[in-house]
Amino acid sequence: MTLAEYRRRRGEPADADDQIAGDAHTEKHPGALEYAQIGLILGVITAIEVGVYYVGLSQTALVIALLAFSTSKFTLVVLWFMHLKFDARLFSTMFVLAFLLALSIFAVALATLGGKLV
Amino acid sequence: MSQAAATGHLETSTGLDNRKLLMWLFLSSECLFFGSLIAAYLLYRDSSVTGPYPDELFDIPFTSVSAFQLLVSSVTMVLALAAIQRGNVRAMQIWLLATALLGLLFVSGQAYEFTQFYREGLTLETNLFGTTFFVLTGFHGAHVTVGILILMSLFAVSLQGRIQKKDSLNVELAGLYWHFVDIVWIVIFTLVYLIQPGAGSN
Amino acid sequence: MATEWPQPRKQGLADALGWARRMADQHYGIWSWIATVDHKRIGIMYGVTAFLFFLAGGMEALIIRLQLAVPDGNIVNADQYNRILTMHGTTMVFLVIMPLSAAFFNLMIPLMIGARDVAFPRLNAFSYWVFLGGGIFMNASFFTGDVFSGELGAPDCGWFCYSTLSSKAFSPGHGVDFWALGLQILGIASLASGFNFVVTILNLRAPGMTLFRMPLFVWMTLVTSFLLIFAMPVIAVALFELLFDRLFDANFFNPDKGGNPLLWQHMFWLFGHPEVYILILPAMGIVSEILPTFSRKPLFGYPFVVFSGIAIGFMSWGVWVHHMYTTGLGTAANAAFGISTILIGVPTGVKVFNWMATMWGGSISLKAPMMFAVGFVAMFTIGGLSGVTHSVVPSDYQQQDTYYIVAHFHYVLFGGSIFALFAGIYYWLPKFTGRLLNDTVGQIQFWLMLIGFNLTFFPMHMSGMLGMPRRISTYSGDQGWDLWNLLSTIGAFTIAAAILIFIINVIYSLRRGQAAGHDPWDGRTLEWTIPSPPPHYNFERIPTVHARDPFWHEKYTEDAAGRPIPVIAGAANGHGEENGDHGGHGIHMPSPSYFPLIAALGFPIIATGLIYDYALVAVGAALLFVGIYGWALEPVTEEEAGHA
Repeated sequence: MTLAEYRRRRGEPADADDQIAGDAHTEKHPGALEYAQIGLILGVITAIEVGVYYVGLSQTALVIALLAFSTSKFTLVVLWFMHLKFDARLFSTMFVLAFLLALSIFAVALATLGGKLV
Repeated sequence: MSQAAATGHLETSTGLDNRKLLMWLFLSSECLFFGSLIAAYLLYRDSSVTGPYPDELFDIPFTSVSAFQLLVSSVTMVLALAAIQRGNVRAMQIWLLATALLGLLFVSGQAYEFTQFYREGLTLETNLFGTTFFVLTGFHGAHVTVGILILMSLFAVSLQGRIQKKDSLNVELAGLYWHFVDIVWIVIFTLVYLIQPGAGSN
Repeated sequence: MATEWPQPRKQGLADALGWARRMADQHYGIWSWIATVDHKRIGIMYGVTAFLFFLAGGMEALIIRLQLAVPDGNIVNADQYNRILTMHGTTMVFLVIMPLSAAFFNLMIPLMIGARDVAFPRLNAFSYWVFLGGGIFMNASFFTGDVFSGELGAPDCGWFCYSTLSSKAFSPGHGVDFWALGLQILGIASLASGFNFVVTILNLRAPGMTLFRMPLFVWMTLVTSFLLIFAMPVIAVALFELLFDRLFDANFFNPDKGGNPLLWQHMFWLFGHPEVYILILPAMGIVSEILPTFSRKPLFGYPFVVFSGIAIGFMSWGVWVHHMYTTGLGTAANAAFGISTILIGVPTGVKVFNWMATMWGGSISLKAPMMFAVGFVAMFTIGGLSGVTHSVVPSDYQQQDTYYIVAHFHYVLFGGSIFALFAGIYYWLPKFTGRLLNDTVGQIQFWLMLIGFNLTFFPMHMSGMLGMPRRISTYSGDQGWDLWNLLSTIGAFTIAAAILIFIINVIYSLRRGQAAGHDPWDGRTLEWTIPSPPPHYNFERIPTVHARDPFWHEKYTEDAAGRPIPVIAGAANGHGEENGDHGGHGIHMPSPSYFPLIAALGFPIIATGLIYDYALVAVGAALLFVGIYGWALEPVTEEEAGHA
């Protein structure tokens, strides 16, 4: 049997028509306006970051603030612009895995060499 | 850039398009690539034996503008994708061009920054800061340049009418690569430029 | 079995190659190999090339053993010894085991999952050509010294090329540059391969083949491919750092400017430890296919073997510092990694027990593939046990940098990977040549190789414990190492004899071997359902899979006592002419292409240019560009790998 027949037997969408019917129930994807809004938020966060840099906080507070801001920008771009929020779970799993792997191994390596993260 | 529609995603065991899966695997591996370069930078952040040092050289307002350019380019990129997904080739072309232009501005800014630092005496050989900074941001800039080439190639191919609504995956893939390059910069901007070692290292 | 004539290409550059392309489409002649995107051909090319490098690496080993056979040897001088030693290690790891594994991925994965080819056939061809270019580039270095006065230009820094030995100050000359650039090129090939096989395995499985119905070799390939994807970028950065230091005077590993040579060790072993699992997991996969077939029993504890493989993949990232216990990182680091290293023995042990349980109570057939597979289990276990002794920090302090370590990794890489790869050759080569290898000769090879192998490497446990350091070109006769070294040398030549016998077996088999037929071993998995050699489209009709070991279940059902009873004509169900198979008419396969080769050529030229003349860099880059653009723009007429 073909892949399509196999899928239909199992009650899964087998072709474009099946998929569209299924999609009608899923979350609406962002439009141009929403993207522009996110862009604006990103710009504002960047401006705040630069502002915070000049304000003269203690090193610890500065680092925490900047890390928080950059994490939120990172997340916004990945989830919305790269569409991970709406795409297959497999992509998110792989990407997050790679990111966490990189983070952990280098944190450990730097720790053993006496390097500092921030 | 034309790929047979026969590799449409529904023909695969996961239902996901082969090329999209490939792109995400590639971007995942790039996390390890840039992670290594950033780790080297962080390791040596406080260890330069001689100057010049970051706080003497960095022009934060200038670099912020660069960062801003790249962020806006991500917006224009996603607008290009949205356009072609609606079937609007003309709008996609304009947004693609805008993205490439912003990317070009970013790279020019980097090049300018590099020459400024060089004039102040910072080279690959000078100290650890020179080594790690130029290699990290240089590789990032190279990635942006490749991205610009990809965008311009897409643009050129679209001029021949070969990118239609059904080919939107090509733009989506270019977009994923472009956004990734942007988020790497978000990380670099924070860790390298904004979070500096304490004044007067070593 | 003609396929559809591919549509004429529209691009100018492609048109210019019209005649050659028509030749490529004919499935014969040199052009058809150069432009092939067929996974079976690419697999054969990988296998043949890797085997030739195996012979080169073997010669290097024999020179080493001749030099060390007696105290104060003078077969080669110290400089030559260092170069031959470095190339032996580098060749065996990167130019033999990895590409032999790649050969099996290529040959077997599409067949085992019921697909017509891999997800990205041109990327697949690209991987092979890049590998070939990198291997040739690295070996060309031998000839860059003043060869006639005995000066070899090959790298001499050891296969892991530690800093600061690798710096320009301590390694002037181009050897290390060839090593670093060569590995960088090879890394690209491996990375591309990793991507290709993950997508292939996830996306191109036949209907009904869920992940837990996949053959175990496919699972191990999946885990290995993920390891490749994540580990290769790390070594790429390490090599860039080394190259920037050597070519452009950067300071990554320069202590004078505050650089830390230990950074190299971290980067190398962060890659290096996952790399050794990349070297062993495919071998474990091969053995997990052969043991069930020759025991006529399913793999015992399949889910456990799968999860152990996945666990090994994850845990392999957490143990790298065990290569650095003696570098002074401190007690905390050493203790933590000591624990993680001991722990990684657990999933490996689980696999060994499952293999043993597979054989237990089975109807064992001791054909050549089975001999090598059982040999693998035994030899790998020994190597694993010495590995456990290394994991204990204080004992590693004595073993580090001695021949005890050399013994360990040869037990796991030769007794392990190489034995398993030979098992795979005896098992699967007949599928592709249509002819069996002679089993008696195979048995002789096995015993000669087993005896020779143990004779070579077991004594190294002794010489190592007696303090013989690694990488020395001579030793004096008053240390108590003489006997062990002599035994090792005798063993090495015994191995060489075994390999010679193997070569004779292959040549004989190709000419006059017994016809293999579809299913010479009464196999369990899909590759045995198609003719030997397979038609270029693999499967006439993509099968639907209902169970693990799908072919076994077609052929056999069970009686009340659980013994297999043949299903009448089960093997023929749905296969062969009487069932309407008509030679693949109308099956569209991916068209051949030259662009992967053209792009691949760019890399060794760029590398040569970086060492000798920057103008060459521009030439190489131009080739790469042309190759990539041609590849991207050529209209792909058919790209339906895995499509019924």
